[in-house]
Amino acid sequence: MTLKERNVLLEVKELVKHFPITRGVFRREVGSVKAVDGISFDIHDRETLGLVGESGCGKSTAGRVILQLLPATSGNVIFKGRDLTSITKEELRKQRPQMQMIFQDPQDSLNPRMTVGSIVGEPLMEHQSLKTKERHERVEQLLNSVGLNPKFTNRYPHEFSGGQRQRIGIARALALSPDLIICDEPIAALDVSIQAQVINLLEDLQEEYGLTYLFISHDLSMIRHIADRVAVMYLGRIVELASSQSLYKTPLHPYTQALLSAVPIHDPKQERKRNRTILEGDVPSPSNPPSGCHFSTRCPKAEAKCFKEPPGWREVSKGHQVACHIV
Amino acid sequence: MTENNAVVNTIESVTQHRSLWIDVWRQFRKHKGAMTGVIVFIFITLFVSIGPLIHDIEPSAINFRERNLGPTLAHPLGTDNIGHDTLAQMLAGGQVSLAVGFLAMLIALFLGTFVGVLAGFIKSLDGPLMRLTDLFLALPILPLLLVIILLFRDTLRTLYGPEAGIFMLIVFVIGITSWMHTARIVRSDVLSIKEREFVMAAHSIGTRKRRIIFRHILPNILSPIMVSATLGIANAIITESALSFLGLGFPPDFPTWGRLLYDGANFIQITPSRVIWPGLFISLTVLSVNYIGDGLRDALDPRLRGR
Repeated sequence: MTLKERNVLLEVKELVKHFPITRGVFRREVGSVKAVDGISFDIHDRETLGLVGESGCGKSTAGRVILQLLPATSGNVIFKGRDLTSITKEELRKQRPQMQMIFQDPQDSLNPRMTVGSIVGEPLMEHQSLKTKERHERVEQLLNSVGLNPKFTNRYPHEFSGGQRQRIGIARALALSPDLIICDEPIAALDVSIQAQVINLLEDLQEEYGLTYLFISHDLSMIRHIADRVAVMYLGRIVELASSQSLYKTPLHPYTQALLSAVPIHDPKQERKRNRTILEGDVPSPSNPPSGCHFSTRCPKAEAKCFKEPPGWREVSKGHQVACHIV
Repeated sequence: MTENNAVVNTIESVTQHRSLWIDVWRQFRKHKGAMTGVIVFIFITLFVSIGPLIHDIEPSAINFRERNLGPTLAHPLGTDNIGHDTLAQMLAGGQVSLAVGFLAMLIALFLGTFVGVLAGFIKSLDGPLMRLTDLFLALPILPLLLVIILLFRDTLRTLYGPEAGIFMLIVFVIGITSWMHTARIVRSDVLSIKEREFVMAAHSIGTRKRRIIFRHILPNILSPIMVSATLGIANAIITESALSFLGLGFPPDFPTWGRLLYDGANFIQITPSRVIWPGLFISLTVLSVNYIGDGLRDALDPRLRGR
């Protein structure tokens, strides 16, 4: 079954999240941090969409706004045909079991005062009326499926290593058998050897339970490994969206090209020979982004037009979309 | 056969859902200071509750022939300037002081935690509630107490009798004038805990706000609450004695530790034991409660448990 034939599970339309900047005694609004500035994409059933970009470009905020953990400034998030931005809190609460999140910092995302059993069992307590014994059984089964010993239910998070804690977080996200899991840099805080374990676990679970992932990361090689399609974000906007193969083979947007050229090659001889695109300067402040194309200030190929008009969203080849005047 | 059963039992006890309170008790027992505190506190409680049954002199009995005595067989802690038996007064006063200290602390703790959690968790309430706290902190406490007691003393006396009425009034008044520090500390801790990722994770699960507060936030701010609770008892006992000294608290013939201390201060050169005993008991109570709080705080933190 190809991607096109699958149903669209999540549709994000022109999603915007601005954080107001206030000043003075009366908390006058003097501006806003445009963390997410109009992003649109959709995710098909059982697909993994990678969302990459450098720190501070709004990836995590996007993930949180999609799950309605932060209220959206404008735009729509349509999940299974329902617009999450306009339903009531109670309806949203009923929708929560179908979409879960895995957090970046396994140390911080587990309550230090709760046992593993009660952490993993919490979603079950909130949404299902299981008997205590059934709940314990389900928790043990979940711990088993993420490769943890079910006997650990009575231990506390600080008794585990980073990788094990991340598995506890994954077990909690799996507890209610969700359809969509947003992985917010789940491997960024882990050692390289543990990263591979967690990634493989996520892939196995996807196979087993038919999960859909939105995988947020800044690690391009990891995204290449796990994602079916990749969206590249820069300063609150998506600049390029394509299938994993086509994006890594023929990156079109100058920013994507620069990002990819920053990934080292294993062979030192080739590494010395190749031409790297090195970006000058820093990312502009999201409270005062450049007019026109957000990337214009650092783009090696920028033309006069780029500084004035924001580029439109164009499909260059099948499934390969880019927002750039030059391409 | 029995050996096999024993092995099976131990394996089951490892895999069974471990009871939090048994773990807490195990860790608490390891804290030497806290265990000493518990023993001293139990001793003081038994002293003031069972003592009057053994030493049955009426605390208000006046005997002018036997005044300003040192320790004798009939009066183990001596007598005061009008012939009250000091031991009998200590026993009766201890009951009142302990009760006032505990109840006033509970009221202050409840109010402080309630206001602090609401202010920290609900953004729109933060401003108003914290200004209210500042208002209470800025109020001159003694004139306020004077007004409250003058307004309500007679009503409560007629309703519940002179002693019970004034007891309730004092507990209430001390409680509602000492919650502010707890509220401030709790608010600041709630503000930092609620930004942690595990609270966001609870939101994403769909946990209701009330449960987030009780399950995720309150357990994590237990240490400052414990500390202010133990300090609160000491504070309440001292405040009560100051009130009695000003004539706003219990009637003059009604002994409490604070009152005995203040009355004895004038006679410190004739009968120093009248100051030493109440002072010692107030200090011991405060110290033991402090140590108990310390031990409880450590025992309730899973990261410190098992060390």
